[in-house]
Amino acid sequence: MSDAVLHELLRGSLDHCVKCTICETACPVSNVTPLFPGPKYAGPQAERYRVADQPSNEWSVDYCSGCGICTQVCPQGVKIAEINAQARNKLKRQKGVPLRDRIITRPTWLGRLGTPAAPLANLTLTFRPARILGEKLLGVHRNAPAPRFAGRRFSRWARKHSAPISPTRPRKIVYFHGCGTEYYEPQEGEKVVAILEHNGFAVQVPKQDCCGLPLQSSGLFDDARKTVLRLARALAPHVRDDDTIIVGNATSCTLMLKREAREILGLEDDPDLKLVSERTYDICELLLELHDRGELRTDFQPVNETIAYHAPCQQQGHWIGKPALELLALVPGLEVKEMTARCCGIAGTYGLKVEKYPIAMDVGRSLFDQVRASGAATVACDSETCRWQITHGTQRPSVHPIDFLHRAYGL
Amino acid sequence: MGLRAELHFDAVVIGAGTAGLVAAARLAEGGAKVCVLAKGVGSTHLAAGTIDVLGYAPERVDEPGHALGELAARRPDHPYALLGADAVAEALEWFSARVEAGPLPGYRYVGGLERNYLLPTAVGVLRPSALVPETMAAGDARERTAVTVVGTRVLRDFHASLCAANLQQADIAARPVEVEIEVERADQNALGLARRFDDPAWRAAFAARLALVLGAEERVAFPAVLGLADPHGVWADLEHRLGRRVFEIPTLPPSVPGMRLFEVLRAALRGAGGRLVLGSEVVSADREAGRVVAVRAHAAGHDVRYMAPSFVLATGGFGSGAIEVDSRWATRESVLDLPLRGVPPEGEPRFLSRYLDEQPMARVGVAVDAHLRAEGAENVVVAGAALPGAIPWREGSGEGIAVASGYRAAGVVLAEHSAAKAEATA
Repeated sequence: MSDAVLHELLRGSLDHCVKCTICETACPVSNVTPLFPGPKYAGPQAERYRVADQPSNEWSVDYCSGCGICTQVCPQGVKIAEINAQARNKLKRQKGVPLRDRIITRPTWLGRLGTPAAPLANLTLTFRPARILGEKLLGVHRNAPAPRFAGRRFSRWARKHSAPISPTRPRKIVYFHGCGTEYYEPQEGEKVVAILEHNGFAVQVPKQDCCGLPLQSSGLFDDARKTVLRLARALAPHVRDDDTIIVGNATSCTLMLKREAREILGLEDDPDLKLVSERTYDICELLLELHDRGELRTDFQPVNETIAYHAPCQQQGHWIGKPALELLALVPGLEVKEMTARCCGIAGTYGLKVEKYPIAMDVGRSLFDQVRASGAATVACDSETCRWQITHGTQRPSVHPIDFLHRAYGL
Repeated sequence: MGLRAELHFDAVVIGAGTAGLVAAARLAEGGAKVCVLAKGVGSTHLAAGTIDVLGYAPERVDEPGHALGELAARRPDHPYALLGADAVAEALEWFSARVEAGPLPGYRYVGGLERNYLLPTAVGVLRPSALVPETMAAGDARERTAVTVVGTRVLRDFHASLCAANLQQADIAARPVEVEIEVERADQNALGLARRFDDPAWRAAFAARLALVLGAEERVAFPAVLGLADPHGVWADLEHRLGRRVFEIPTLPPSVPGMRLFEVLRAALRGAGGRLVLGSEVVSADREAGRVVAVRAHAAGHDVRYMAPSFVLATGGFGSGAIEVDSRWATRESVLDLPLRGVPPEGEPRFLSRYLDEQPMARVGVAVDAHLRAEGAENVVVAGAALPGAIPWREGSGEGIAVASGYRAAGVVLAEHSAAKAEATA
């Protein structure tokens, strides 16, 4: 599908806008900064003045973090976030892409560079002068949360891992682990595999790469398309039979595969991506559905702890509610406090950028306050970049919800 | 066999406006495993946040409880005739208790079916309402004491001078004052101001500046921006600081009192273990022998099939797109394609030329029996603006119908479930 056709499709939805302002009440960004005028203005209203072959004359749409909450709450079905993503792409094409955006949107490059030299790379990321230099040269804010390279790759572990002998014939499942698990949190991937195997799955980990979401959210659409299609080609051959599904623990990356690549990048017609999109599950979505069918093992040991749970914006974009909450409720002894503040502010790479870091911290403030007031020692959250931001903002550890299931299973 | 996105509930509620959230919260409290599916956030954010039960019938109503009975006798097709005045009273009591037990400390609603309040709108016109946030109650125009109406230039949707001028027309001594505040953007909306008022230091400074321009008036009216997180605290603090009774006047959307109402009902639902899925549009239904057995809703990547023995349809009326009329005058319920009632016969006019007249289409809604069950789908119970027979915008009855029918719909479903359980054990 061409950019022009895609643009018209998304654009068509703006006629459904009744100016009710519900999106404005929900936008995390416009509620803390005047630099972004809000989803209604930047989306359906400004879109009427955007002409295909005319230059873009607005910079404010670059301050949209792309969290997607506006589209989720719109009662009329207007594709607000998607319209704004398109406008951002046009702006970036016209004004040029900063070097920084070309670097931080490529987790695979960073991971491959950083992993072998992890101790040095991690030291650099926490070394103040290096961070100041990074801010001056690249525009990555000196205080922005940076993950630590694990120094090992999940896929290496997966290749050597041998599944336990199963008494029954296991069901095949494909695991999409994403870059966060691959380079920074391989232990999360090991837990996902253990939980799936405990529930009778044979887990396949195909060779895979980035989903392209960071590129897409920074407005680098052409590169994002190439990246996500490469991933779709890698995953599709494993799910061509009728019933194999793909599961992922990086909720923003599974959303990219399910919906955003097709809607925002206009890849509706690609058969591999369509297949992958329809077969992809978020890990908590999958486990709760298994539970609904009486197929989830519930041999949980008590975990006597009080934790906070924050549903990331991208998780909300799956349009499935908050399955993690209901899963965690199955663990005896575990008290889970649902955070109602909307967004942690990071929005993938948004909060890393020097001009946006203060906005991201302002966005996250109400969540950070709620976490502190909750008395919880740990915050469960489905997205890795959100976890890093929450830890940055609250000084509390943040883990994927499945960590608690893993513990309760005693794995 | 593969996993194919199929989930089971005791009841699925479609729509997250007042009616849907009330129904879902009561269902969850009654022990049902319940899920709310909604295309987006519902009507709460657009309405005044008051519970208007009956304002006009057709003359202005002072005693809504009494007038309800008369309306029911006169119009047996009206939702209130199906519900009955006692059920409305019970629902309001339930609602008030949820507000008081809710996440906003000290926030409560006052009033009931005995007397309507007469509250000013943003343009200073008086509007009858039965159950109102405590923060609005002092605005009652049945009391004639003088009012200072506070405005600020940056809130483009509230003009103190217009409001005060119209209150004067209604024989209330009203005087506008403008307070300058510094904001980063030229067009602050009500929500942005409400967040400011939640901040104690900012509020104290505002009150100090306002005190300088207050006269002898006994009451001070604010646009409804007195806090989102702690409205009771903000309101009580301002009464204390200004030494006068303070009240809020609802603004144009976004409605801050409406957002508080959403939070109260959301918390009641979540607290009772109910699921809320926003952004998921119901696109079709699977039927078997006069029953809906499942609805299919959009999720990212794949649709999800939600199966349940009972469904509550609380999708709204023409305003939300739940009932549609096309250019060939074909009228349909857009979610489950249920039969409608009140559609004018072929050849008769659909619309009158005067917009505010009683329009022939105005009472269209989903055809239901005395227990709010949809014709042609016996396990679908209908609540809120999807019901036929009312003209909420003329009657001032929208929220009353939403709360009472949502509450009743949950009661119908819970009774059916316990009957089915009793039958199963017998």
